[in-house]
Formats: sequence, C-alpha cells, structure tokens
Amino acid sequence: MKISAKEVQNVAELARLELDEALTAKLADQIGSILNYVDTLKKVDTTGVPPTNHALSLSNAFREDVVVPSPGTDKALANAPLKENGCFVVPKIVG
Amino acid sequence: MTLYNLSIHDAAERLRKKEISSRELTLSVLERIAKTDTKVKAYITLNEDQALAQADQADQAISKGIARPLTGIPLSIKDLICTQGLLTTCASKILENFVPTYDATVIEKLKAQGAVILGKVNMDEFAMGSTTEHSGFKITANPWNLDHTPGGSSGGSAASVAADMCLGSLGSDTGGSIRQPASHCSVVGLKPTYGRVSRYGLVAFASSLDQIGPLTKNVKDCALMMNAIAGYDPKDSTSVNECVPDFTATLTQSIKGKKIGIPREYFSTEGIDPDVKNSIDQALDTLKSLGAQCVDISLPHTPYAVAAYYVIAPSEASSNLARFDGVKYGIRDMEQTELVDMYKKSRSRGFGLEVQRRIIIGTYALSSGYYDAYYKKASQVRTLIIRDFKAAFESCDILISPVSPSPASIIGQHSEDPLKMYLSDIFTISANMAGIPGLSVPCGFNQMGLPVGLHLMGRHFDEATLLNVAHCFESATDFHTKRPSL
Repeated sequence: MKISAKEVQNVAELARLELDEALTAKLADQIGSILNYVDTLKKVDTTGVPPTNHALSLSNAFREDVVVPSPGTDKALANAPLKENGCFVVPKIVG
Repeated sequence: MTLYNLSIHDAAERLRKKEISSRELTLSVLERIAKTDTKVKAYITLNEDQALAQADQADQAISKGIARPLTGIPLSIKDLICTQGLLTTCASKILENFVPTYDATVIEKLKAQGAVILGKVNMDEFAMGSTTEHSGFKITANPWNLDHTPGGSSGGSAASVAADMCLGSLGSDTGGSIRQPASHCSVVGLKPTYGRVSRYGLVAFASSLDQIGPLTKNVKDCALMMNAIAGYDPKDSTSVNECVPDFTATLTQSIKGKKIGIPREYFSTEGIDPDVKNSIDQALDTLKSLGAQCVDISLPHTPYAVAAYYVIAPSEASSNLARFDGVKYGIRDMEQTELVDMYKKSRSRGFGLEVQRRIIIGTYALSSGYYDAYYKKASQVRTLIIRDFKAAFESCDILISPVSPSPASIIGQHSEDPLKMYLSDIFTISANMAGIPGLSVPCGFNQMGLPVGLHLMGRHFDEATLLNVAHCFESATDFHTKRPSL
C-alpha cells in the first residue's frame, strides 16, 4: 500500500496539522509501511462477525436527573490561553 | 536505617508501629531523588512542599490511630493523570503549562487514604510509545543500565519504582504501557480489567483500551494499591459496578491444581530473545513445582492483534486529541489571526512526531472511503480476539507468556523504525483489545543483567487470581529482591 504525499497533506488538513515537505515525505513512507502491515487483516474472514467497540458489553450509563454543582466559569477558564468576560477568546471567525 | 528502599507494606507496618514517621520516609525518598534522578531522569515535576505537608497530615492521622494501608506512603504518578494544582503535561509541549483544576478519581482515592504524592513522572508523549523516548521533555534511563530505555509508556513510573525514588507508582496501560516497563525494570505492574478502575481524570489516548494501574516493588504492594484505586465511579461511564474483593486476602492461597494456559502462538512467535525464552521456561518449571498444571492453548488470531490495535488505537487517539486546539488549555500560537491557522500552528508546534504520526494514521483510517477497510475490519478482528480468549479460559485459569520478546532496548535503537517498535507489543496488546487483566512479575535477567518479566493474563475481573499466582511465584524466587546499583 502506497500513500502519496498529497494524501498525507489532505489527511493533515482534516486533522488540523501543518506538516512541512520533508516531514510529509517521511510520514508518507512510514505510514505506507504501517498500512502495508495493517493490510494483513484482509486475510481474516470476518463475514458476519459484529465489530467490537468496547471489550465489555456496556449499555448506556444513565444517572438520576439531579443537579450537582459544576466547576464554574473560573475553573473552566483557568487554563485558557486567552479569555475575556467569562468566555474563551478565539481569532475572529465572522466578517 | 535506610528508608527509601522500603516496600509499601513494610513501610506501612513501621509507620503504624511508629518506628518511623511519614516525614522521615518522605524526606529519605526526596533525598534519594535528589541524588539519583540526575542519572535516571524519571521525574518531570517534583511536588516537594505539598508532599511534606501531606506527610505531616499522615503522621497526624497515624498518631490518632486512623491510618489506612497507604497513609504516609510516598508515590509517584504518571504525568497524564490529573492532579489538582500540580502540573500535568502528558510529557507533551502542548500541555507544558497545564495545571488541572481537579483531581482524577484515582488521585482522590489515594489522597483519601493519606498517601503522599511525590511528583509526576515521565512517559512517552500522551502514552504513545514503548520506550519513554517519545517524551517532549527528557529521555528516562533504565536504572539497571543507563544506556537502555526503561520501556514505556509508563517508563518514568517503572524507573522511579526500580530506583527507589518512590514506594509505588500509578501508570496507565493502553497496549502494554504498565506491564512492559515493569518487565524492563524488574518491578510488578498490573493492568486491571477494563472498567475496574475509574478513568475519570486520565487524559485519554484510546478510550476503549486505556486503564490505570499500579507499579510496585512486589505483588503484595500491588494488591494494596489495587484495593485503594479499584471500584465503580459514576464519573466514568465505562467503569463497571462489580464487587471489589480485598486483593490481599487470597495472595497466599495454594496454586495447586491451577490450570495455566500456554498459548502456542505466543511461543512460536519469531524473534523471542533466547534469554527471555529461558527465563520464561524456568518460570513455568517453578509454577509446576508449586502444583500448577500447564495446558496447551490456542489463540488463533494472535498474528492479527498488532495490526488491529494499530488501527483502533490511533483512530481513537485522533478523535481524543482533537480537543487540543489552543483554545481551552495548553499552548497556543498567538500570532495567528485565522482560526484554522491557529489550530494548525498550535497543534503542530505542540505535538511531537510520534503523536502526529498516529493522529495522521487514525484520521486516515476513519476518513470516508477507508472506514470499512480499516476501522470496521479491525473492530471485527477484535471480536475474534475476544472469542479466542473466551474459548481459552474454558480450559485454563490464567494464560502465561513473556511480557516482551526482548529486554529493554538501547536508547535511540528504535526511533527511526516505528513498525518494529509496534511489533514488540505483541504479547501485551491483546489483553487491552479483550479488556482482560494482565500482570508482569519479575522472572529473571538476561546475560547483560537486564530484567525479564513474566506475563499473566486472566478472566475479566479476576485480578485476584493473577495476584495469587504472581505472589506464589514471587515467594518461590528472589528476582524481586534484587535492586539496581545506582
């Protein structure tokens, strides 16, 4: 399985990562060989086998609908790189 | 009298008898760290003042006669478990300034017992790696040979226990990250059953595989720490409301007649180091001499476990690590005026290479058009792996294998070949895929003096049997009494 530099760039865009040209080429190589290895899974017959997302069969975990104290704004914002008026600040996104 | 080299249960008894104080014990360990950690480099953050304050509180509790098994015991914590007011970096530059505003449930439980938190220890960034070389800050050395890695990702935990720079530690295990470094550093490490220990406050790598567990100097200490941290937690929707036994109660039971499964696929794996093979064979002889019976077992999907894992774990990671966006916590590129540019620059500056590699693999595997071929297929293979274990445990009580095909690697040896590093996880990964518990107990040394660990796997929620067999093995051998000279 070969993966092109362009494919790596596309995936990086989806993952919000910025890779320079050298790293893109290196990753394309390494990921190609990892995917090659992963392709051995094709040898396994999984017809009719349900996928497992959790090792233990868990059902939805509900709790009583009771209000419990929340951490509050100060704690929630304590690690924010930029904050103002009790809000997270991000670069302007509307014109 | 030297205090830092005491085990947990030994120190606890001396504390209760008031032969020593927690302050003396904590000071002794802090001095040991000051002397030794310049070589081992296990700690990212030391919590000296708080630790001494906690020790004093513990001494008060002891004098009032309300001591619990971990009261006054100094522990280290892997740096991806949230500690209120204490830097928690995940060994990543992206979280170099992150100070949690709350404690993980396991930390609350340790504090409730009056344990002393010495500090936070090194790891592969976000627990992605098997050598602790992928830390954003420093490379930890193996206390048994400083040119070698301590294993990983809980390498700081294992090294700090082996070097007597704490009495025990908490690590996390997603594919072997507690058991493999425990094996490489000659300490005991347990990955509990998925859902046994709350993950609330554990920074997530792969949510369906991650589990917190103890690393200790011996099996009894491991049982004591399990008693402290296990149990249902409403704050973790995947934690399981299952009765928690006293794990120390069954340690010394006879293992006569216990059936030990030997998975033939594991022992025919290519590339098992001959010294490792020897140690495991001798360990099996010891278990037989204690009355255990060995049975031949097949886990036919073993050859596919690593491939399935390296689809599932990075897929979950790519989703979990989306939260690091320069907005809520961690570092941010302040120069950027466009939102997406800010995300990209902050993330690419903050994440190391191995983390970015796994995010890319995971994003690729989950992306439209590839999902069925990779993620779905791997999840189906996971079902078959679980069925293998269910069938195996019908004819045996535990399974035994090496923890790792070879002893600790030389620092720098694997860094350019990620696939080779991934393949060394062959014996440990399946336990995470199936959610079963796994334990590493010291069982020998290779010709160079590097430690080898014996891997025990058990049924869901049957940690007690693993601890029982490991304790009997430990009592019949002296590997756990050996300490590196530093």
